[in-house]
Amino acid sequence: MNADLQNRQNEIVEEFAFFEDWIEKYEHVIELGKELESLPEEEKQEDYLIRGCQSRVWLTASKNANGEVRFRADSDAIITKGLVALMVRVLDGLPPQDIASADLWFIGKIGLDTHLSPTRANGLQSMVQQMKRYGIAFQADMEGGK
Amino acid sequence: MSKVLDPNHVRAQFPILTREVNGKPLVYLDHAASAQKPVPVIEAQREYLMHYHSNVHRGVHALSQQATDAFEHARTIVQRHIGAASSSEIIWMAGATDGINLVAQAWGRENISKGDVILITEMEHHANIVPWQMLAEERGAHVEAVGVLDDGTLDLQDFQEKLKVNPKLVAFTHISNTLGTINDAKQLTAWAQAAGAKVLIDGSQAVPHAAVDVQDLGCDFYVFSGHKSYGPTGIGVLYGRQSLLESMRPWKGGGEMIDVVSIRNGTTYAGLPHKFEAGTPHISGAIGLGVALTWLNGLGVESVMDHETVLAAQARHGLRKLEGMRFIGTAPESAGVVSFVVDGVHPYDIGTLLDSQGVAVRTGHHCTQPLMERFAVSGTVRASFGAYNTLQEVDTFVAATERAVNMLRA
Repeated sequence: MNADLQNRQNEIVEEFAFFEDWIEKYEHVIELGKELESLPEEEKQEDYLIRGCQSRVWLTASKNANGEVRFRADSDAIITKGLVALMVRVLDGLPPQDIASADLWFIGKIGLDTHLSPTRANGLQSMVQQMKRYGIAFQADMEGGK
Repeated sequence: MSKVLDPNHVRAQFPILTREVNGKPLVYLDHAASAQKPVPVIEAQREYLMHYHSNVHRGVHALSQQATDAFEHARTIVQRHIGAASSSEIIWMAGATDGINLVAQAWGRENISKGDVILITEMEHHANIVPWQMLAEERGAHVEAVGVLDDGTLDLQDFQEKLKVNPKLVAFTHISNTLGTINDAKQLTAWAQAAGAKVLIDGSQAVPHAAVDVQDLGCDFYVFSGHKSYGPTGIGVLYGRQSLLESMRPWKGGGEMIDVVSIRNGTTYAGLPHKFEAGTPHISGAIGLGVALTWLNGLGVESVMDHETVLAAQARHGLRKLEGMRFIGTAPESAGVVSFVVDGVHPYDIGTLLDSQGVAVRTGHHCTQPLMERFAVSGTVRASFGAYNTLQEVDTFVAATERAVNMLRA
């Protein structure tokens, strides 16, 4: 598995290990949400929208000159946005094939996996699926271009 | 004057309320979605499964007799509880949604034709919108909706205006799940029938909190679900006026609903209520619902309503102090529901932080998207109270909300 992918997840787990209770943990997630640069309004459109039942998530992806996938994302709920920021931090800039096959174990380790359940209705699980789909699509793109 | 309810006495009958959530004592404020179950309801279902489970209406053996007796006795309890004239007017359904769909299919397809109007309101649950849209689409009819005023009251002027086109059916909620608004169901029914319409009332939010008498209301159909009234899930009730039910053809075919089945000569149907109950019913659910309604009567449903109204008032009083607080639904006649948004804060975030503090509320559109559109919000936070909630729990909820909002605003 991609070493960056592992290191980034380890880093987040260490970061969250400091927090003693739910308040500190969520305060940090909220902070991460606030720090993540918002998408400009014109990019918050239907095409990039991942509909959760309750909170909405927008995701854009592009491939840079090195063939790495760059993600940008946003949400209208701040806790969701904080979790979105963590996902982007882990997967942004990786090669497509590593994104497609990524095992995102950190979310369970930091005790926020309930947010990723399909029934949670915050759009986060769909976002992860969408990120992986981009990985697969860009990978196919590269192979097709060879 | 109803007797004053002691929520601590009521609480003792709900095993689930002793559990913790995220390390905090559970504060359950999601009754508009579903109520918890008291010991008698749990025990009645257990008793059935342990001692006399069998299929109903078929066997001559002892277990089948016992199961049938309990099942039909539960029907009689429902009949008395909602003041129906006869137990044949009580049809067991999977829930309120199922009941509405039955009316749409069995009554609607025979009586709604091209160009007809079905009148609903903007405060309906999706279950009282979508089945009518499906019917209208099939029959070439139109669904129109009565507006809601800024305080969450039904716009009565608009209601009367829209009756002028003589809708064939008027379907409305007795109590709004999102706003808590109590509609004057008797008056609305009278107006609608005077305009020549049949009337269906969605009583899912009314039966757990208010005395319901279908004969006094005068409605043609009344539906409610079991699980919001402290009964099991998967069971609900359709009440229909006998003459009307008799005129309707069955919707689902199968066992239980037949008189004689012949390949050569065709099939004749059973009488009411069984004609609408194809297949093996939810026997333990029906028995459990009967026990739940008996239990609720023991508390006195007026006492429950009074108690919940006090809780809601206390919650509003506490929440009002939070900056940017906006209540969605402030009708003078309302039940124990408090729905709100806070400026600049997403309901999902508040719900998440309340959950971390052991407080269960509902956030989102509450299956009332047209209402969200009406109030120009994407969703609300909704606390809905039950018989066993205490003032102390309300204080915990208010403090937890304040804490959540402060964290989100920091």
